[in-house]
Amino acid sequence: MTHSPAKKKIFSFLLTFFIMVVVWVLLSGKFDAFHLSLGVISCAIVAYFSGDLIFDSPKIRGLPVAWMRFIRYIPWLLYQIFLANLHLLYLTFHPKLHDLIDPQIINFQSKLQSDISLVTFAHSITLTPGTITVDVSIDGEFNVHAIDEKSRKGLPGEMESRIAKAFGEG
Amino acid sequence: MNIIVTLLLICGLIFFTGGAVGIIRFPDFYSRLHPAGKLDTMGSLLIMIALSLFNLHHFSLGGLLTSLKIILIMVFVFLSSPTAVHGIVDAGVNAGLSPWTKEERRR
Repeated sequence: MTHSPAKKKIFSFLLTFFIMVVVWVLLSGKFDAFHLSLGVISCAIVAYFSGDLIFDSPKIRGLPVAWMRFIRYIPWLLYQIFLANLHLLYLTFHPKLHDLIDPQIINFQSKLQSDISLVTFAHSITLTPGTITVDVSIDGEFNVHAIDEKSRKGLPGEMESRIAKAFGEG
Repeated sequence: MNIIVTLLLICGLIFFTGGAVGIIRFPDFYSRLHPAGKLDTMGSLLIMIALSLFNLHHFSLGGLLTSLKIILIMVFVFLSSPTAVHGIVDAGVNAGLSPWTKEERRR
């Protein structure tokens, strides 16, 4: 089932508008008519100008499913961040720090395709302690600075396959 | 409730301390960014969770809004911190600084 471009434009306008109103109410915290109408007017103007900027996806119908999959990815990421933080904390307070670490820049080729999944993967690598993304090329070639053997072993590994699943590329 | 909040605050402080100590103890520019960029993120996550819980102690709509705002700060920290770290590393690589390795130490 295909949608006409105009219909898609209205849908992305409404989606942007809705998200902006929620953020407005959250940030202003005032529920009287004056502040709410100010919010609605300014949200409408901004959504009119930039509605097709954020949700210009051809598969806009699959958006809720994609968001659900992405939200399910976040707790796992937080857990990984926590584990890796404990490891880095242990390293930091270890007396023989310089014998334990072995920093290296490694290269690998990721099999992820779309821009957004590559960005998420690079971000997740940097958020997980022990590894920092130095460079990503457009076709998925990663340069990663890893602090020791343990954090190097984990790449690309499970994180990549989970991201691939979250963005429907697996 | 107070016990949970205190525990979370102490854990966050431990992570922050680890970050500060790590910046001094690690050998070079790149490896120093690891504790600087990440232990701080974890520490602020724990402290922000503690603060938003403490804020909900006396439940009200205003308190809920403030807690949600604190959570929103966390989202932005999680987006901006890796970007900043990546920017610093990228600047180092572009300037031609080579990373510290184990071999260098044995020489």
